[in-house]
Amino acid sequence: MEDAYIIKQISVFSENRPGRLAAIAGALKDGDVNIFAFSIAEADGFGVVRALVDAPEKAHRILTDQGFRVSYTEVIGVKMRDEPGGLYEIATVLGDAGINIEYAYAYSGRDAAVLILRVDHVRDAIKEILSRGGDLLEASAFT
Amino acid sequence: MYWNKKIETLKSGDLERLQTKRLKWSLNQALNIEFYRNLFREAGVSPDDIATLDDVTKLPFTHKADLRGGYPFGFCAVPMREVVRIHTTSGTTGKPTVVCYTRQDLGNWSELIARNMVMAGIGEDDIFQNSVNYGLFTGGLGFHYGAEEIGMTVIPSATGNTKRQIEMIEDFGVTVIHCTPSYALYLAEAAEEMGASLDTLKTGLFGAEPWSENMRRELESRLGVRAFDSYGLSEMYGPGVAFECPEHDGLHIWHDSYLVEIIDPKTGERLECGERGELVITPLVKEAMPIIRYRTGDITMLMEDGCACGRGQKIARITGRTDDMMVIRGINVFPSQIEHALLSLPGVGEQFMVYIDRIRHLDEMMIVVEIDRDVFSGELQDLARLQSEVAGAIRDALGIRTSVKLAEPGTLPRFEGKARRVVDRRGDL
Ligand SMILES: [Zn+2]
Repeated sequence: MEDAYIIKQISVFSENRPGRLAAIAGALKDGDVNIFAFSIAEADGFGVVRALVDAPEKAHRILTDQGFRVSYTEVIGVKMRDEPGGLYEIATVLGDAGINIEYAYAYSGRDAAVLILRVDHVRDAIKEILSRGGDLLEASAFT
Repeated sequence: MYWNKKIETLKSGDLERLQTKRLKWSLNQALNIEFYRNLFREAGVSPDDIATLDDVTKLPFTHKADLRGGYPFGFCAVPMREVVRIHTTSGTTGKPTVVCYTRQDLGNWSELIARNMVMAGIGEDDIFQNSVNYGLFTGGLGFHYGAEEIGMTVIPSATGNTKRQIEMIEDFGVTVIHCTPSYALYLAEAAEEMGASLDTLKTGLFGAEPWSENMRRELESRLGVRAFDSYGLSEMYGPGVAFECPEHDGLHIWHDSYLVEIIDPKTGERLECGERGELVITPLVKEAMPIIRYRTGDITMLMEDGCACGRGQKIARITGRTDDMMVIRGINVFPSQIEHALLSLPGVGEQFMVYIDRIRHLDEMMIVVEIDRDVFSGELQDLARLQSEVAGAIRDALGIRTSVKLAEPGTLPRFEGKARRVVDRRGDL
């Protein structure tokens, strides 16, 4: 079942001005939402804050109540082997299958470095990675 | 110095006879246009009822919206085969106003520009840099052909690439420049930074946007020119309708070609000399597009007759508009036009603000769009796409470059009454 590997990331629209990240982090902290990983993507005058949290629905509600624009994004987490070429391997698997990586960011999980991937075809990507012996993080790992 | 002394100095009786004759001709020319046939019938007047110049008040006004309603060729009074050029001017919503010219019209227009330039002391020995938009905008080609008519050396430099503009002034020994006053200041600043002294420049012709006496002092001292105010509108050919003489006290309007009235914009009643109101023009020599009593929306007044230069009665420099039209980088823009362009975009909705600022002497438009719940997919590239769609919509509708800022919900002002989403923060020029 691929769905078990689909992780719900929250994406938050933010203006590029001081204090916005702090406001997001602060709101989640006050709501006892734990942040495992986040990244910030910036463009001309604005950005999107992406976060993996232990309670995405709660985070969505808290941030929306604070006036933020929030949406869910499906991502996958690939456990990286601690050896050279790990990233190359994953990129090749997906590339061969014609799956496009829209963005990626890494965080260090409990027992391995984890690469969070946003791809254009999530289920196909999961299938490909698993069939080629890749190690995916289950969504339940965050809850 | 005159280009056409006899006509430029034509006095009361002779002038009125000529104007009356031409007015009748224009009215008959207008009868080629269905709009005017209907308008005259509804108003119960015919060109035969017009015996004197004052009889013109029996005729109804023509508004900008009427011209727009005739898009594209509803106001063309001649067969298309006689139309040798088309210019357009932006309207309040969507469609532009189309202005057609016969060969004779282009000749008339060049003649008026030539009168203006000679009046400003420019002649065939001058080297003229025409730093305005060419193309559909009337300022470029209008001045270009008028200057060639005189026989001066014309550099069609158009706009942009300021460094190159400055190099040309220096390398070609340019003596006369035509541009918007705000671009002139920008040019002056850039020249100062480049260490270019622009010594050859002696005359600056500035138009397409209103500018003040303060601005004149700054332009004259920084560019080392005498600054002349230029007035015109595309519906009346373009620039060249009225122009300053060396007295720099009001603009001579060419009475042989334009019948001038000043009215109270609210009542439509005629105002006396010295009373400020809306300028209403009936062109007297326009073949392809005769217009009757056109409401220009520009506020001015008729000045006392008797200028030292010997030419006819002047109008005061334009002091404002009867409507909310703005001039942005020389382009006429109504707030409703901007709103129309944005409201039609999915993803923008009602929550946006438009700010017009002047940054380093240039007009800059910034649009702030609040991100709607439905719009935010979570993907950066979707937001970036929205940003470029907004900029593209404004560029397509108005031909103006704009920066687009995306804002978080709740950051823009909310309006209880009528929303004022377009804010001009430039202050006076
Ligand atoms: Zn004069």
